[in-house]
Amino acid sequence: MARKLLLEHAQVPGINTYEVYRKHGGYRSVEKALKTMSPDEVVDEVKKSGLRGRGGAGFPTGMKWSFLAKPEGVPRYLVCNADESEPGTFKDRYLMEKIPHLLVEGMITSSYALGANTSYIYIRGEYSWILFILEKAIAEAYANGWLGKNIQGSGYDLDLYVNIGGGAYICGEETALIESLEGKRGNPRIKPPFPAVKGLWQCPTVVNNVETIAAVVPIVNDGGEEYAKIGIGKSTGTKLISASGNINKPGVYEIEMNISVEEFIYSDEWCGGIKNGKKLKACVPGGSSVPILPHFLVCKTANGDTRMMTYESLADGGFATGSMLGSGGFIVYDEDQCIVRNTWNFARFYAHESCGQCSPCREGTGWMEKVLHRLEHGGGKMSDIDLLVDVAKKIEGNTICPLGDAAAWPVSAAIRHFREEFEWHVNDPKAAMERNYGLVNEKVNA
Amino acid sequence: MPKVTIDGQTIEVAEGTTILNAARQIGGELVPPAMCYYSTLKGSGGKCRTCLVRVTKGSEKDPRPMPKLVASCQTMVMDGMEVASKSDPSVVDARAAVTEFLLINHPLDCPICDQAGECHLQDLAFEHGKSNTRYEFERRTFEKIDIGPYIKLHMTRCIMCFRCVFTAQQLCPERVHGIIHRGDHAEISTFIEKSIDSEFSGNVIDVCPVGALTDRTFRFKSRVWFLNPMDAHRDCPTCSGKAVVWMYGGEIYRVTARKDKYGEVHDFICNTCRFHTKEKGSWTIEGPRDLDRHSVISQNHYEHGEKTVR
Repeated sequence: MARKLLLEHAQVPGINTYEVYRKHGGYRSVEKALKTMSPDEVVDEVKKSGLRGRGGAGFPTGMKWSFLAKPEGVPRYLVCNADESEPGTFKDRYLMEKIPHLLVEGMITSSYALGANTSYIYIRGEYSWILFILEKAIAEAYANGWLGKNIQGSGYDLDLYVNIGGGAYICGEETALIESLEGKRGNPRIKPPFPAVKGLWQCPTVVNNVETIAAVVPIVNDGGEEYAKIGIGKSTGTKLISASGNINKPGVYEIEMNISVEEFIYSDEWCGGIKNGKKLKACVPGGSSVPILPHFLVCKTANGDTRMMTYESLADGGFATGSMLGSGGFIVYDEDQCIVRNTWNFARFYAHESCGQCSPCREGTGWMEKVLHRLEHGGGKMSDIDLLVDVAKKIEGNTICPLGDAAAWPVSAAIRHFREEFEWHVNDPKAAMERNYGLVNEKVNA
Repeated sequence: MPKVTIDGQTIEVAEGTTILNAARQIGGELVPPAMCYYSTLKGSGGKCRTCLVRVTKGSEKDPRPMPKLVASCQTMVMDGMEVASKSDPSVVDARAAVTEFLLINHPLDCPICDQAGECHLQDLAFEHGKSNTRYEFERRTFEKIDIGPYIKLHMTRCIMCFRCVFTAQQLCPERVHGIIHRGDHAEISTFIEKSIDSEFSGNVIDVCPVGALTDRTFRFKSRVWFLNPMDAHRDCPTCSGKAVVWMYGGEIYRVTARKDKYGEVHDFICNTCRFHTKEKGSWTIEGPRDLDRHSVISQNHYEHGEKTVR
């Protein structure tokens, strides 16, 4: 059995209450940090651990923390990004639902490390019930002296608030999140200045993913070096993977970053293989915005090496033959799934969620969605395929925030690897639609 | 004072100057087009992406090039920075791409649009656009809305530059004007279609780069190139009173604020001057206004034949 650092006690009955959580070693990291460590020592431990941001970009957390500007007399803020909206990703939801105290504990320890006296959890609007779970956990933490003034007699004060968003994907982008938290329309800001210098209310701010903040707890408890022993190279520690699609056992898994993709898909410990004994067609390893991988590149890289569940190995080969670990939204497709329909679905999502601020993303995402809709519904032309590649290329890198890139990558990757299927949709739209609606099998049965 | 080189031309500018403003100080062909940046509106810019440039050398201290194209209106110059504007084919490509994106949902109704002739999108398309479109879907359309007695909002033409929003926020006392919805269905709106009744609301017409906000007292009265723009002023208790009156014969057809070379207003004018003062006797005419903006209206290119059309 693999080691679990975050979800170890997730199945313990009543773990969402303070008493049970405390009995299972809860709030030890806060005790240790407040009583025996200085804030800089906590930051050093996180640096040593090699922890990388779990929200998708994989930026080293310790480095991000050390970038935080510390001008005199200006408050600093820690904001937890719980606006988990990437299609295919549901790990934070599981973590917050099951063990809300782990996030609260992580927030206290991290806030102490950063010298923040006010911290926020920004949760997406669709997770409305989790708001109450978190608020209950925070109230329990206040009642037991883990939050508020003079925490456990250490002289450190912290107030923690939960803020619920309106349900926009774009508010997962850190500067849009900050705007939304300030009560404005959630439009991304133009960077620089980065939030580490001018963030929430123009004060230095760190924005971290739920899983990143939760991972600070085992890092402080066991030490950064111990954490760094798990995993391969620069991919240290454990990662929550939200596995979905045509697999036998979809769900949230905590993996050590040293197993292969093949093992993850086919082993009974994890996904348990492809459903109904079908063949693997493709895989999106890190949430809808990362490039799709065709079956021959899922388990092996282009060089023939085994592909591992790590940041580096999944990105091996760049975007030509690789992908990204992203947020860990692992979507598996079997042989019957339609890549064109899937790409259209993703494009529709991004067109709907574009904030409308900058031209390439606002107009380009809508355009790609319309072209893909036409291709999928039998009205496509051969020139549409190159048009899509061209539009995607023109959005990519030219926008204010990464939503433009996130919309462009899946489209260009799908065409790169599955061009024949797009051409088939143009040449024989009837057959393509029959397959997509499952009518092929009905004919055989009749 | 930092030194910056743009397309081979070096200039020394004040600390905190953006690449776009440094380019404007040099002037000429290398100045990036700007559809949303407006120097007199705080917070504007960065949205339209037409002013993208490539920074080939970050600074003297850190000579690494920037990985992506950057919005020149938002990027501060550093000492020793080298920038490629029109000289870099990828920059020209990116501008052409943005032009295409801006045009896919634009109605291209220039023949009946009051803004034609002084439209920034027209100028941009003239320089960077293609003669045909690859967009084959129905364009986004909206109903025309009267916001107050003087301003017509025609959202179909809007390119979402946000300039009017900043104008409304910064010149008018109450926030009455903003964006609703998002993505390609986002639209400019007033609070449940209420009228804008600030005395400075008319300035949203001047800042609009396209024909989305037009003057209802001038709509369909004349094409702008038939009118003679004259610098004029009057004693106004509300604003500076410095304006441009657009005349045909002895009659004033419309009044606008004075725009500089880049279409930017520095002295905003009030609604009384703009909409209610159209008698010639109320104004002291200073003389003809020189339009040095390289727009269709100022070029007079059509009668000179092909060679002067850029």
